[in-house]
Amino acid sequence: MRKGIRNWGPPLLLISPTIVLVGIFVYVLIGVNISTAMTKDSALTASEFVGLQNFTDLLTEPRFLHSLANLGIFTVFFMVGTMLFGFIWAWMLDKGVTAEGAFRSIYLFPMAVSFVASGVVWRWLLSSAQGDRASGLNRLLQSIGLGSLQNDWYNAPYWGMAAMAMPAIWQLAGYVMALFLSGFRGIPEELREAARMDGASEWKLYRHVIFPQLSPVALSALVIVAHMSLKVFDLIMAVTGSVYITEVPATYMWVALTGAEYGKASAIATILLLLVCIFIVPYLIYTARAERKARR
Amino acid sequence: MTVATGIERRTNLAGNIPTAHKGRARAGRTVKYVLLLLFVVIVLMPVYVLLVTSLKGPSDVSAVTSWRLPSRWPWQAGPDGATGFDNWTIAWQTLAAPIGRTFLLAIPAAIISAMLGSMNGFVLSRWKFPYANIVFTLILFGMFIPYQAIMVPLVQMKTSLGMPSSIATLLIVHIIYGLPICTLIFRNYYEGVPNELMEASRVDGAGMLSSYWRIILPLSLPGFVVTIIWQFTSAWNDYLFALFLSDANQGPVSLSLVNLSQGAQLSNYGASMAGALIASLPTLVVYIILGKYFIGGLMSGSVKS
Repeated sequence: MRKGIRNWGPPLLLISPTIVLVGIFVYVLIGVNISTAMTKDSALTASEFVGLQNFTDLLTEPRFLHSLANLGIFTVFFMVGTMLFGFIWAWMLDKGVTAEGAFRSIYLFPMAVSFVASGVVWRWLLSSAQGDRASGLNRLLQSIGLGSLQNDWYNAPYWGMAAMAMPAIWQLAGYVMALFLSGFRGIPEELREAARMDGASEWKLYRHVIFPQLSPVALSALVIVAHMSLKVFDLIMAVTGSVYITEVPATYMWVALTGAEYGKASAIATILLLLVCIFIVPYLIYTARAERKARR
Repeated sequence: MTVATGIERRTNLAGNIPTAHKGRARAGRTVKYVLLLLFVVIVLMPVYVLLVTSLKGPSDVSAVTSWRLPSRWPWQAGPDGATGFDNWTIAWQTLAAPIGRTFLLAIPAAIISAMLGSMNGFVLSRWKFPYANIVFTLILFGMFIPYQAIMVPLVQMKTSLGMPSSIATLLIVHIIYGLPICTLIFRNYYEGVPNELMEASRVDGAGMLSSYWRIILPLSLPGFVVTIIWQFTSAWNDYLFALFLSDANQGPVSLSLVNLSQGAQLSNYGASMAGALIASLPTLVVYIILGKYFIGGLMSGSVKS
């Protein structure tokens, strides 16, 4: 026993500040948040316990359901867009391109820029003004003779969130590209050669060799993009501010918080956490298992 | 799990294509380059708009000419006496102080969480204790949570502890919530360090701290580069914590940029676009100089298996 402590005592000591900090600032605070979510609104301390009422109120409130629908549309377009562009770029670059490094850097650079900074220009690009007053993309469409494609962008009810996904796709498609590219590069050349030797067509090569090898990367990318999408906040605040038409749970929570509705804000945050957990918890378990298997 | 620091280039084995396919292959290649360049144009379009608009004087800004280059040189005054460079002056006057504060936030946040992450990564990869893997997964979870889920208690905590709405408060928060990703990156990095090195030092009777100090730390430079870039960028670009926990007048640059740009009329777009460029410059410089490691950071942030 003494020897055991001497063996893992020091490492435990070294990591204990992190365990304590993460324990408090992640797990204790999540607990406090959930308990606040079960209290009545607008009081910071010693509030009345109301059970799940904040949650049932939210799930029957049109405004919250609207924010969930917005988030759903945004997430679908964001995921499809980043995966599609990310894959196409990686695929084109993988097949051998001069100046590959330059293309890669350009596709990836938006990742280094904040949503707050890019939001300045996207707010202008997605301006809904049309006709003589059109600027941004509407003006561009006009001037290349595609004036009929002018639209309200994010100001359009319901599908406006699809336009809101455009800046997000711009920002993160390069990231998915980098993931896919490392996936492509991880496939041993012998595997492709062997398949070609066996007379496999290009399509069969992809179907039976490349796609299966890429699927872990695709899964990682999907999970990461999905959880980023559910958390979207900066982009919406930077492009439109907290307005109803583009409201998502994260920005609605900010509205509730600034209105001192702490119970409601916490309940929205809890729902958001649950949504993220749906993606993240199975993924963390899956990677932990895969790793244990790989070590054996 | 390994950290990929950059994407290795594979040799292209397209040497022996039959002659009949060569014409089609060339056509395919042309199409590919046209597409690649088209995507470059699309990706760079917002940058063009930012640059062009930021260099136009107010009299030069109208919906009709919004995609065109400025009609006069940025140092030439328009009929209203304003030049294109005025945008940059206004933006710089508004953002200089917040940018200074953001450096004071992002640099220590990056260095301190990287150091803590390095110690954690060392322990979790080399000196395992019981249930180390479960502890690791629990730490990792902190990376994925929506910060909204801890925001209300955090605001309450700040109020009840009487913490000021200052950069110092934000610094503490960024260090703490940076721990999961820094731990992950270093743990993956140290997994790749050969076991023999550690065995040798253990045979020499070195304890944990001395083998960390003498063997692991000198090897850690690439890990530090990746984590510091990652943490610097995320602290610099943060808006959520800044909005919830700091005061608009004493906050980081993200807050000031939103204040500068929102409520801006078309004529004032120039200043906010110049501001967006100025505020992005530090992270862009990091990206340009250390781009290879930046990709490495992105990869290791993805729990790649």
